[in-house]
Amino acid sequence: MTEHSASNETRKAPESAAAEMDAARREFMRNIAAASVLSLGGGLTLYAAAPREALAKKPGEPLDPKKRWGMLIDTTKCTSGCEKCVEACKKENGWEAEPGSRTDVQWIRKVDVKDPATGFMASLPVMRQHCANPPCVDVCPTGASMQRADGIVQVNMHTCIGCRYCMMACPYKARSFVHEDIPEERKRFHAPMGKGCVTSCNFCAHRVDSGRIPACAEACPEGAMLFGDLNDPNSAISQRLKEIPSYQIRADLGTDNGIRYTRLP
Amino acid sequence: MKKRTHYELLQSGAGYYTALIGMGLLIVAGLAATWYMEHYGHIVTGMSNEIVWGMPHVFAVFMIVAASGVLNVASIGTVFGKAPYKPLGRLSAVMAAAVLAGGLMILVLDLGRPDRLIVAMTKYNFKSIFAWNIYLYNGFFAVVLLYLYTQLSSKAGVRRFYKPAGTLAFVWRLILTTGTGSIFGWLVARQAYDLAIFAPMFIALSFSFGLAVFILLMVALMRGDDRAVGHELVARMGRLLGVFVASAAYFTIVWMLTDLYAAEHRSAVAYLFASGNIYSWLYWVGFIGLGTIAPLLLVFSNSARSSHAPVITAALLVILGGMALMYFIIIGGQSYPLVLFPGMEESSSFNDGMIASYAPSLPEILLGLGGVAVAVTITLVAAKTLHILPTTLADAEVDPHLAAEAEGAGLKKAA
Repeated sequence: MTEHSASNETRKAPESAAAEMDAARREFMRNIAAASVLSLGGGLTLYAAAPREALAKKPGEPLDPKKRWGMLIDTTKCTSGCEKCVEACKKENGWEAEPGSRTDVQWIRKVDVKDPATGFMASLPVMRQHCANPPCVDVCPTGASMQRADGIVQVNMHTCIGCRYCMMACPYKARSFVHEDIPEERKRFHAPMGKGCVTSCNFCAHRVDSGRIPACAEACPEGAMLFGDLNDPNSAISQRLKEIPSYQIRADLGTDNGIRYTRLP
Repeated sequence: MKKRTHYELLQSGAGYYTALIGMGLLIVAGLAATWYMEHYGHIVTGMSNEIVWGMPHVFAVFMIVAASGVLNVASIGTVFGKAPYKPLGRLSAVMAAAVLAGGLMILVLDLGRPDRLIVAMTKYNFKSIFAWNIYLYNGFFAVVLLYLYTQLSSKAGVRRFYKPAGTLAFVWRLILTTGTGSIFGWLVARQAYDLAIFAPMFIALSFSFGLAVFILLMVALMRGDDRAVGHELVARMGRLLGVFVASAAYFTIVWMLTDLYAAEHRSAVAYLFASGNIYSWLYWVGFIGLGTIAPLLLVFSNSARSSHAPVITAALLVILGGMALMYFIIIGGQSYPLVLFPGMEESSSFNDGMIASYAPSLPEILLGLGGVAVAVTITLVAAKTLHILPTTLADAEVDPHLAAEAEGAGLKKAA
């Protein structure tokens, strides 16, 4: 009502009204431009000054459901034979795997991919894909395979009964069954694994919750693993994803992976 | 005129106790194998991160599928009103529950953490077909026991509910096998599964496995206790087995053709069905040759009307072929690598892109046999304590029409 009244009062001769409207439009545009410069400049300043780590979560504080943690892996920077991310994950989370072992736990591995038709080759790390629609969570009978509010998919090893149905369901071979006892020296408080349970990458949730980035991303000498909040349009990962095309492994399955790659074979 | 069926407890012969002791030993061996596998972890089995379900699942899934099929015998009498099957209703219900119990025991003891069974019973993820199956299995026991109660009760008021209870059990078993088939059918990521046909295929397989198991155990129990079993009754069940066996094979062939048609699945299905590996042999020789064609020839042969041998042999072959098919589906299906990058060659320290190998270990087989022994033991004990076994299954006693048919067949043979 008030707006209507105001517009009625300001109704004048057509020419002067048009001139005023132009002036108002120019003013509006100027304001918008100023606001854009300010916000962009501020954003860039914040981006430049921001630490690489995610914001820390206080102990006991609930997870932020507005966040969705993800990772963009620049496969053009990833070289065959480089296992720095894998080694860092092993050290951080306490697993060891003989190459080619069929029973050892592996949270992350480097996959070499070759196009047999063209000979094109690529090497890329594959870990749990932290899907928005994770088949492992769907099939788990007890709910031990679960998705955190911030999108991290992990296994609650206290309620995992070791049925391995999640391993049957995961399209990415991201899960391992703990086939034997874990030696004392490899046990980690933050990455509990138990014989008879299924285990998998949890995006270093303990690090993320304390404002750090996953060990693999930190260790990558090429800076090829960009970790961040996919839901925050101002995060570095979101900005980068806006600029370049990115891909998901088996995007056709509709799992909506949190791990994106800049190029897939 | 319709004759009343009389039921009698099993006699306590030496054979009975020998059978019980034999089964007891197998159960102990199965439990010892479980202890061994749980103590050292699954590292001592043939299973791996690629073949996550091994021989115990082959036994367990076969038995769970067969259990619902065993109940068909009762359903044919109760729901579809076929007189010759009516005296077998009680035995069918008990045996169905027994076979399911044996299968579930294997499944539970093969868990990484069987001690956490209580977690599985108290925490449910209702989106999981596995969790649904827990309800379906428990419900199956409840429904079958109710159905059995309506058959065993001396109260006319309870017996009145015999048909509704039988119908409920029949519907329940169809849903249950749909659930079991969907465990595989809903695995979107696996090239060899991911098809809706798994649910009806498992129902057809359950008809065939279940009837084969029932025929074998029924004839063994009856003849072991010197009770008559009519030739025409067994021949008729054999012919029905033939129909079931053919329909089960039909579904597997449609599965194969569907996957062959889709370029996406072609290499996986060619690997399974036509690459000359162990799995191709198990399917074509084990399931199709021994488990389908041979039983069909046997049950429709003329000698099946005058002797139990052809039908019993056919039932044994159906079980053998069924186990071969289960191995083919479960192990073979997992051995084909997950396709992360369609059309590409993959290699990694985690065996990406590689065919997974598997050799069943002794403990796994012992656990499977232990489950079979549990099923047989429950049936033996039930036959000794409940009135479930008819005093006679002679053709004339079961259904006068059968006797007439048998006589006709005899005359024809003589002529």
